[in-house]
Amino acid sequence: MSDEAAMGLSEKAEPPVKQPAEAKRAPALESPAMRIAREFCEDRLAVLGLVLFLAIAAIAILAPWITPQNPYDLAQLDIMDGGLPPGSESFATGGTYWLGTDEQGRDMLSAIAYGLRISLLVATVSLAFAIAIGVAAGTTAAYLGGKVDTLIMRVVDLQLSFPSILIALILLALFGRGIDKVIIALIIVQWAYYARTVRSSAIVETRKDYIDAARCLALSHRRIMFRHLLPNCVPPLIVVGTVQIAQAIALEATLSFLGVGVPITEPSLGLLIANGYDYLLSGRYWVSIFPGIALVATIIAINLVGDRLRDVLNPRLQT
Amino acid sequence: MIVYLVRRLGQSLVAIAAMAVLVFVGVYAIGNPVDILINPESTQAQIAATMQRLGLDRPLWEQFGIFVWNALHGDLGISFVYGRPAMQIILERLPATMELALVALVLSVSIGIPLGVLAGLKPNSIGGRSIMAGSILGFSLPNFWQGMLLILIFAVLLGWLPAGGRGETVEVLGIRVSFLTLDGLKHLILPAMNLALFKMSLVIRLARANTREVCLQDYVKYARAKGLSSRRIVLVHILKNILIPVVTIIGLELGSMVAFAIVTETVFAWPGMGKLLIDSINLLDRPVIVAYLMLTVLIIVTINLVVDVIYSLLDPRVRLSEVDA
Repeated sequence: MSDEAAMGLSEKAEPPVKQPAEAKRAPALESPAMRIAREFCEDRLAVLGLVLFLAIAAIAILAPWITPQNPYDLAQLDIMDGGLPPGSESFATGGTYWLGTDEQGRDMLSAIAYGLRISLLVATVSLAFAIAIGVAAGTTAAYLGGKVDTLIMRVVDLQLSFPSILIALILLALFGRGIDKVIIALIIVQWAYYARTVRSSAIVETRKDYIDAARCLALSHRRIMFRHLLPNCVPPLIVVGTVQIAQAIALEATLSFLGVGVPITEPSLGLLIANGYDYLLSGRYWVSIFPGIALVATIIAINLVGDRLRDVLNPRLQT
Repeated sequence: MIVYLVRRLGQSLVAIAAMAVLVFVGVYAIGNPVDILINPESTQAQIAATMQRLGLDRPLWEQFGIFVWNALHGDLGISFVYGRPAMQIILERLPATMELALVALVLSVSIGIPLGVLAGLKPNSIGGRSIMAGSILGFSLPNFWQGMLLILIFAVLLGWLPAGGRGETVEVLGIRVSFLTLDGLKHLILPAMNLALFKMSLVIRLARANTREVCLQDYVKYARAKGLSSRRIVLVHILKNILIPVVTIIGLELGSMVAFAIVTETVFAWPGMGKLLIDSINLLDRPVIVAYLMLTVLIIVTINLVVDVIYSLLDPRVRLSEVDA
């Protein structure tokens, strides 16, 4: 399988299992989940990332209740407040714009919270569907093998040989703008990563005795696949999932920045940055820099968590 | 070797065919091809003439045949905006994109490999940790925003480098390049750096992971035991063995660089084919979009093929296992 070998990176996700080494290290009666939580917390940077991500997610979810204004309710905007630098006072209400306003008098702090909401919504919804499709395809390929396996993996290989941004651009050039369309494009772009990950770990697991035992008990294929095989394929899936959700957020922002992503009426962080880009050269940096910082903080937080999870969940690195 | 080559070539052709079908289905079958392929401002007679020329009055499978036939002859339609063959316009923009991608690739490798090896040799030192932290940053910064920061810092605040465009170019062998003039070089640095940073992070991580694994191998321990200088161990024993996976990834990444150049070109107003694609999407200039997609697919598939063949030359296990299969 030249393509598989060529992709090198994902191949590393197949860990040779070293149960004894693990058992020796962990104190008695510690469940795997507890071990993972304990080891995760040993890295302060990863904990910081997790806390940061939870805070960002909370801001995104609670945006309508905690922001000073609804940035897309035109009645709450005052053109008099347009283009104010960070920390200015409003002429209309006397409140303070901590991150400044755009040219229409929109509070950037509120706009960022609403933008985060859309960015995270797009990323999580597409993540959920992509995982569902990828897991189903990957497990089926590994468990059934033969022609089904070849067919599914050929499609995966074909898709992964093209850069994700290119595929997303093709799809959106055909579909047009829209949140639903961006989500569909992201699902199509991402499912193949999960399919490949699940298949490679499922193939390792299928050869193990407990699957043979389950087969001897004449359990249904479905039951073996979902109750026995799948739970053991979850760790690599989590690692790929954290990497992919960060990628999804960045990709959505990029597409929106390029003008093919979300519509102007529902701006994500990427679109906010694009809107501010025109003002960057004239010195109104805050309109695009602050949404950018929010975007980068989100992605870094997820990547920090993902990096630590990769180390904790990979038995190969446990010396 | 020949079996492997033929098999691999066949796969590449299937990939191109599959993408051609996708693009065809997308452009011709979804929605009304008349709207997509014919300039909305043309008269009824022009529409009829173009429909006949493109064969839109025939059944779908026949249309696909005509599309493939024309595509093989380099005819992917006339641009609505420029009024010239779409393929010609794309090819004019190709050198600028390739120059950007190649310079970025050289930058990412020449900076990424040494840093990665360094971080791999001393994973727990301050240097190693800060290189890894830097690479997380390189991964996390969205490309377009990172480009804006570079412009803000080096063009707006410091005023050292121009914010966009390609600058002065000279003609070498009929291709216009900018890296040979001082002005062109100044214009090239920021976009190339922007495009390179993400791949650099990838190269660093890959080189680091491989260095860590290779360091534990017996032959490295043996070389140490023989009393070879650590300089020789690193340059000969370690570097050679981490190069195979790194070269593969670099080759594959060249294709994605051509695609990711879309973003960098848009931010830096670099007159390559990626910027042309975005302009064409905004102007609904479909023939150019189709031409761009088919050409990029061709480039990426060719690169993948070349990389795989080189890889099999470097590592005999690949072609042997493929023949067995």
